[in-house]
Amino acid sequence: MAPPAEVLAVRGLSKTFPGVRALDDVDLTLHAGEVHALIGENGAGKSTLIKLLTGVHRPDAGDIVFLGRDVSFATPLEAQRAGISTIYQEVNLIPLLSVARNLFLGREPRNRLGLLDFARMNREAEEALRAYGVRVDVRRPLRSLGVGAQQMVALARAVASEARIVIMDEPTSSLEPREVETLFSVIRRLRDEGIAVIYVSHRLDELYAVCDTVTVLRDGRRVHHGRLAELDRLSLVSTMLGRELGEVRKEGLTKFTGDHHATDGQPVLEASELTVPHQLHGVSVSIRPGEVVGLGGLLGSGRTETAKAISGALPTTSGTVMVAGAPLRRGSTPAAIRAGISLLPEDRKSEGIVPGLSVRENISLAVLPRLSRFGLVSEARVDSIVDTFIERLRIKASSPQQKVGELSGGNQQKVLLARWLAMNPKVLLLDEPTRGIDVGAKAEVQKLVDELAADGLGVLLISSDLEELIEGSDRVVVLKDGAVVGELAGDEVTEDKLMRTIAGHAPDRDAVEEAATDG
Amino acid sequence: MAEAALKTVPLDRTRILQWLQTYGVYAGVALLLVVNTVITPHFLSAENFRTQAVQVAPVIIVALGMALVIGTEGVDLSVGAVMALAASVTALYLGYGLVPALLVVAVFAAAVGFANGALVAFIGVQPIVATLALMVGGRGLALVLLPQLEDLRNPALASLGSGDVLGIPYLILIAAVLAGLVAFVVRRTTFGRQLLAIGDSRPAAQLAGLPVRRVLIVVYVVCALLAAVAGVLATARLQASDPTSLGNLMELSAITAVVVGGTPLTGGRVNIAGTVAGAVLIQLLTATLIKHDLPPSWTQIAQAIVIVCAVYAARGRGKR
Amino acid sequence: MTATKTDAPVTATNDKSPAPAGEPLGSARSERVSALVQQHGALAVLVVVSLVASFSFDSFATGDNISNMATSSAFLAIVALGMTFVIITGGIDLSVGSLFALGGVLAAWGSRHGTLVALLLPLVVCGAIGVVNGLLVARSRLAPFIVTLAAMLGARGLMLALTDEGANTYLIGKGSFLAELGQGSTLGLGNPVWITLGLFVAGAVVLRRTRFGQHVYAVGGNEDAAALMGAPVARTKILVYTMSGVLAGLAGALNAAWLASGVTILGNGMELEAIAAVVIGGTLLTGGLGYVSGALVGVLLLKVIQNVINQIGSLDSSYQQVVSGAFLAVVVVAQTWLGRRRQLM
Repeated sequence: MAPPAEVLAVRGLSKTFPGVRALDDVDLTLHAGEVHALIGENGAGKSTLIKLLTGVHRPDAGDIVFLGRDVSFATPLEAQRAGISTIYQEVNLIPLLSVARNLFLGREPRNRLGLLDFARMNREAEEALRAYGVRVDVRRPLRSLGVGAQQMVALARAVASEARIVIMDEPTSSLEPREVETLFSVIRRLRDEGIAVIYVSHRLDELYAVCDTVTVLRDGRRVHHGRLAELDRLSLVSTMLGRELGEVRKEGLTKFTGDHHATDGQPVLEASELTVPHQLHGVSVSIRPGEVVGLGGLLGSGRTETAKAISGALPTTSGTVMVAGAPLRRGSTPAAIRAGISLLPEDRKSEGIVPGLSVRENISLAVLPRLSRFGLVSEARVDSIVDTFIERLRIKASSPQQKVGELSGGNQQKVLLARWLAMNPKVLLLDEPTRGIDVGAKAEVQKLVDELAADGLGVLLISSDLEELIEGSDRVVVLKDGAVVGELAGDEVTEDKLMRTIAGHAPDRDAVEEAATDG
Repeated sequence: MAEAALKTVPLDRTRILQWLQTYGVYAGVALLLVVNTVITPHFLSAENFRTQAVQVAPVIIVALGMALVIGTEGVDLSVGAVMALAASVTALYLGYGLVPALLVVAVFAAAVGFANGALVAFIGVQPIVATLALMVGGRGLALVLLPQLEDLRNPALASLGSGDVLGIPYLILIAAVLAGLVAFVVRRTTFGRQLLAIGDSRPAAQLAGLPVRRVLIVVYVVCALLAAVAGVLATARLQASDPTSLGNLMELSAITAVVVGGTPLTGGRVNIAGTVAGAVLIQLLTATLIKHDLPPSWTQIAQAIVIVCAVYAARGRGKR
Repeated sequence: MTATKTDAPVTATNDKSPAPAGEPLGSARSERVSALVQQHGALAVLVVVSLVASFSFDSFATGDNISNMATSSAFLAIVALGMTFVIITGGIDLSVGSLFALGGVLAAWGSRHGTLVALLLPLVVCGAIGVVNGLLVARSRLAPFIVTLAAMLGARGLMLALTDEGANTYLIGKGSFLAELGQGSTLGLGNPVWITLGLFVAGAVVLRRTRFGQHVYAVGGNEDAAALMGAPVARTKILVYTMSGVLAGLAGALNAAWLASGVTILGNGMELEAIAAVVIGGTLLTGGLGYVSGALVGVLLLKVIQNVINQIGSLDSSYQQVVSGAFLAVVVVAQTWLGRRRQLM
């Protein structure tokens, strides 16, 4: 039997964005009928690689050889026409158009008069979708379908357009288990038809269920590639996170001192059984004053959602949040803020800073009503608070009047911290507080978190930087697929333990295992 | 070398563009003043300046409210209709005295503004669409209340329209005071800062716990109230209530003044001085063309070109 | 590819009503009911209003009255047809009222140079202004409302310049082909009515049965996705604004032929009437969903209400505007509610 043909050969692909080397000399080979897992943590370069392959960005260096030809796609459409189809995490179809019209947009069957032949289109659409386990009235608008079914329509569309490579970017993030099964059977069928699949996911179970080969990216470089079966789960996680197995000692690379200790007593924050459909399934977290609680887990495990649900920004369907013993009104950000909860959001640029306003205005934004009398801002009080925090957090700006959008990432983050500290919060929810900021600023932010905890604040720390999480937290609650799968406290807070907990198979079994070993 | 050249050229161009966006309107006003001084006879007379100022005052007042709305990344198309409504209501209630009439006008205007704001803030209707409904309905209501032009004989109203203090007409004084007040609100109050933050980044404002809905509703109410003031003043000057034509195309003039004055349609910035200058610029342009016997049709075409140019220049500015 | 702001009008308000937990996903029946209301609600109202009116007023359901209503609806309907396409792409065209007036003046002016000039001139000039609108919206990515607002001003200026500031009204000679086109009737209905019906049939075929029509829906439904799926976004937008300009010019020309003169004071506020008709007829103002037939029903509904208000006699015709505005507000609120509920599901 002849070896399957090489469909894609990527050599030495590099891409630099201002200030970041997003992809550094990466190779990737794909054969017909191969299902290839592409994994890596945030910022590892996965999405950059996909964007280079699909013509969203153009590489700085390196070649993409597709079907034996050197290619350089100018637009995603061009890549798609050449045979590289992509299914995005968020369904990229037209919600108001009917299912059939979505499926056939741009290649509708026409009759002799040149008019669209809807009867044929609907018939063919129904047939095509049956293979994907979608049995619906194809004349209904796409949005009337569940997200899973919509994903299937996107998949059917991608495959129908003569794709040779199908890239799936976290396709299962909104699928029900049954739909995941259907997706897998479709992927297996694609494999049999000789179509290559690049599969991006953080759900290890899925990777092992469906992928043949794997490429692991970290910090823009390829750190591993080969057959997936030859790599066990724990090694996969440790390769991905860049930590050696058994490396349990604290290295002291971060600026965390860890000398704050939770005071005994009532938790300052008690979130219990938070549930958000498709995102969180009964997550409970409690934080005592002076305690830093880490939220561990891979991307998409529900960390950000937990923080948002606590702060009222993500509406929960059930569950309660208590701050210092008092229950919080559900789904209201202002109420959460008044109660003393401050959230530093993950997406600093679009949800945190107000880019067009000055440093001064950004810092004083939330606390403004307290610095005003009859709606008139007391400029002197604003100045004193702004100056205090600029000095205390060492915010580097040309002046307090400089626009926040012009600052570096680290300084933007400090401005946001200042905005919340000015409110004298009881609980700080920090979602990736040091992502995308330079080393110096990172150390400063870490030191600050320490100090704040020592001052008696409760801190919830979310970080994809394992070192930061381990060294910064007194306790780590581990999430997986939107549920708590384990909790590490005291001496258990080690990278080894954390990785083992993350790598575990089924969540419930894992929790039992965890409890058993702990006991 | 080639690289350096490539880098500096666009940089210079953005700098020029930025300069034009910030100061272009003042340069335009200055240019028109100079040109008119040279080519237009009797331009430099107090009488002429007073006429121009009286004519532009209502536009400025409406544009102030419009600037606030645009600062929240919205737009209010109903301002002309509110002016007409104010004219009708003034005529209807003037019999009870000027002050009661003005109070009723304020109630009507606030109701329209509240309806706009509620549609935008609570129901989530796009601002254009929400205010379009009030634009159609508002003028209809004005005409229902007062089907045709009606002469008003009220000394208090008449003096409001044509009286003056030390030679400066009330109209101009009111416009100046309101401009100062709105500028003060934008700069110095909690409300002003919250408004800008909401316009710049709604998600960030929401996560920072700002009262987004309340601010939006107040903004639309204020805009409607300012339009009503302009409507009353215009009525006072005419000494007649003319709901059919009062405020026609006012939304366009106001938006033009705001945009020409350097406030981006994408929100997050409000330039009150620029807005006033923008209104003055359009007024001077119109006056120049008219004084040189160019027909009104030309002024309309010129205004259309100025709008497109201003919006085009402001393109891509504002957010990041 | 920059994301435009045309879609997602309610994203910021999702903190208001948490999704109900137990509700079944996309309950097909309520979906269908709301789609039915969206598409045929206006028709039901039209039938009810017409029935009530014909029982209440003897002069309502007479041949003359119906024929008059049909003819006076025809011009607005043609404008609304173009507007439907623009609105489905998520845009708006505020210049149609001015283009309507300009078209009429151009046709009357051109009629002195022959029928061909009289017919082609308004289409070409108004179409050209539509092209400019489309280019500024699609290529320069300016906001449609401001571009077309400027065009509204510019076109009216052009019209006034042609008519000595509106003082000059060009007449269309009696007995000319153009006059016959506007004033004659066939099988008891005025020629403009037949032309309108023909245009609507053609419009419906184009929108529902051609690839261009699919692109119109796709662009309005999700512009970025449409581009990824291969729809020519810019070309589609330019085409719909051009169509809207041409149709507004044609409506103006036919109206001038009907009146036998290019009246300069027409068309004020017509853009609002057209938008109201389109939206009342079930087209989403946020784009992506709409019906040509709905525009026709919307226009008829507005005209019937106007007729009823006239029949009542004691009521001023401006009640028409109040009713339109109220209708518009109700429909838009209903659309937003329905849309949001479906999004949550």
